[in-house]
Amino acid sequence: MLKILRVSKIFNPGSINEKVALQNISLHLQPGDVVNIIGSNGAGKTTVLNVVTGACPVNAGAILLKGQAIQSLPEHIRAAKMGRVFQDPLMGTAATMTIEENLALALRRGSRRRIRWGITTKDRALFRERLSLLGLELENRLKDKVGLLSGGQRQALTLLMATIATPQLLLLDEHTAALDPKTGEKVLKLTAKIIKAFQLTTLMVTHNLEQALQFGNRTVMMHEGRIILDLKGERRQRTSVKELLALFQQASGKTMDCDRLLLAK
Amino acid sequence: MTIAVWSGALEQGLLWAVMVLGVYLTFRVLDFPDLTIDGGFTLGAAVVTRFIIEGLNPLWGMIAAMFCGAAAGLVTGFLHTRLKIAPLLAGILTMIALYSINLRVMGSANLSLLRMETALTWIMNLGFNKACSAIILGAIAVIIVVIILYLFLNTEMGMAIRATGDNEQMIRTLGVNTDTMKIVGLSMGNALVALSGSMVAQYQGFADVGMGIGMIIMGLAAVIIGEALVGAKSLLRALIAVVIGSIIYRLVISVVLQIGLPTTDLKLFTAVIVTVALAFPVIKDSFRTKQMMRRVGNVEDTKG
Ligand SMILES: Nc1ncnc2c1ncn2[C@@H]1O[C@H](COP(=O)(O)OP(=O)(O)O)[C@@H](O)[C@H]1O
Ligand SMILES: [Mg+2]
Repeated sequence: MLKILRVSKIFNPGSINEKVALQNISLHLQPGDVVNIIGSNGAGKTTVLNVVTGACPVNAGAILLKGQAIQSLPEHIRAAKMGRVFQDPLMGTAATMTIEENLALALRRGSRRRIRWGITTKDRALFRERLSLLGLELENRLKDKVGLLSGGQRQALTLLMATIATPQLLLLDEHTAALDPKTGEKVLKLTAKIIKAFQLTTLMVTHNLEQALQFGNRTVMMHEGRIILDLKGERRQRTSVKELLALFQQASGKTMDCDRLLLAK
Repeated sequence: MTIAVWSGALEQGLLWAVMVLGVYLTFRVLDFPDLTIDGGFTLGAAVVTRFIIEGLNPLWGMIAAMFCGAAAGLVTGFLHTRLKIAPLLAGILTMIALYSINLRVMGSANLSLLRMETALTWIMNLGFNKACSAIILGAIAVIIVVIILYLFLNTEMGMAIRATGDNEQMIRTLGVNTDTMKIVGLSMGNALVALSGSMVAQYQGFADVGMGIGMIIMGLAAVIIGEALVGAKSLLRALIAVVIGSIIYRLVISVVLQIGLPTTDLKLFTAVIVTVALAFPVIKDSFRTKQMMRRVGNVEDTKG
C-alpha cells in the first residue's frame, strides 16, 4: 500500500542549522495495516508524516502509494488520497468558517473546486449523519463557527474531515495529545471505529506506549531519524510496556531520557 | 450638518465602497496585505479616461478597467506564489510598475473628462442631478458586486479561497492549490479596486496619477469601521458592513473637513484612525493584564 524507500530528510542543508531529521528510513505498509509510531521528541515522527503528505520534500529516497511514486508530487495533489489529523487541534480546521463549511471543504478533497454551490442539501444530510457518530451534539450546530468549539470537539471534527472523503491512507499525529484524558479517550475510540468501518490503512504517531501496543497491528519505534524497532504479530503481542522501554534503551544505546514516554505509562 | 454633506458622503461612500470590497477580499478574506491596490485604483481611472477620450463607450471602459485591475492582481499573485516574494513587497513592486504604466496610459499626469460623455452623464441625461446620478451609479455597482461576491464566496472555489486566508496548511491537506486560490482572490480584489477607480474618475471629471495613493489605508479604515459598527457575524453581514463602513468613513472625513482640517492633512488623519484601530486590541490586552496583575497582587496581600 505505502512504501517508504530509503528516505532521507535534511533541514537547512549546508548551514550551521543543518538537521538530519530522517536517515535513510524504509517502511512498508500492507493494506489495512494500522501502524503506531513512537519515539522521543525530535525523533522524526512528524517528519515521516510530512514527507508522506508532501508538506516537506525529501532529500533522497522514494515514496510509493499503491505502486505510484509520489515523492515529487505537490502536497495538494497527494492530498487527494490521504486524510490527515494534526497534533495541534487548531491546525486541522478553519476557525472563521462554520462546521458545515469545514466539512464541505473536506468532502471535496481530491476534486477540483468549481464555481458551483459549495454545500448542497444532500451534503448536509451526510454531515448530520456523520456528526451524530461523534456523540458531541454537533449535528445540530452545522451553522456554528468552528472557532466556538473546544479543542476536543475540533479534533473530533478534524478526524471526520480527514475521513469523510474516504482516503487510501490516514495519517494521525499525536491527535489526542493536546486533549484532556477523557476527551482523548473518546477521540481515540472514535478513531478505532472509523478505521474499522472504512478499513483504512493508518499511520498513527502516539506518545502512549500502552496504546501503541494495543491499538492497531504494528508498533514502530523511531530514534534520531531512524526506525529502530518494528514490532508485529506474535512478538508484539508478547511485548509489555516495560519490555518496550527496555528495547528502546537497548536499541538506542542510551538510557531513556524522555520523561514524556515514561509518564505516559 | 447640511444635506450636501450627507449626500456627498453617500455619493463618495458608495463609489469608493467597491474599492473597499476589494480591500476586504484581499486583506480580510485572503489575509493578504495587498499594496497593488494603490496602483490598481489609478489604473482603473486611467483606462476608463483613455477609453472615453478616444470616444469609446464608457461602459466598455469600465469593463476594460476591471480586466486591467485583474491583470495587476495576477502579477502580484505571480510574484508572490511563483517567485516567492513576500506579500508586501510583491504588492509594492506591482504598484511601482503601475505608476509608470498609468502614466503611459494617460499620456500625462492628469487627464480631464470635462464635457465628455461618461456613465455619469448618461444617468444625468435621464433627468437626475449630479449627486443623485452618482448615488445611482454607486448603488447599482455596490449591489451587483455585493450579490456576486456573496454568491461566489459560497461556491466551492469561493469557500476554498476563504479557507486559504483562514488556514493555509489545512486547506492544502484538503487538496486545494493555495497558490491558485491566492491568484484568483488577488485578481478579483484588484478588478473591484480598478472598477471603483474608473467610477471615481468619471465622478471627479478627471484622472490623476496620484489619486490612488493611500487607497489601501482608506479601505482598511472603512473595513474596520464597518466591522466595529455592524459586525461580521455572517458573510452577508460582513459585506454589508464594508459598504456601511465606507459611507461612514466618508462622513467622518466630510465632518473633519468642515471643522477646518486642511485637505492636505487628510491622509495623516486616516493613518491615525487606522493606527488606533489596529492598536486597540493590544491596548485593551495590556490594560487587562495590568488589571489582572493587580488582582493577583491583592490576593497575595490577603494571604500574607
Ligand atoms: N521545518 C523544520 N525546519 C528545521 N528543522 C525541523 C523542521 N521540522 C522538524 N525539524 C527538526 O527535525 C527533527 C525531527 O522533528 P519532528 O519530526 O517534528 O520530531 P517528532 O518526532 O517530535 O515529531 C527535530 O530535531 C526538529 O527540530
Ligand atoms: Mg511531532
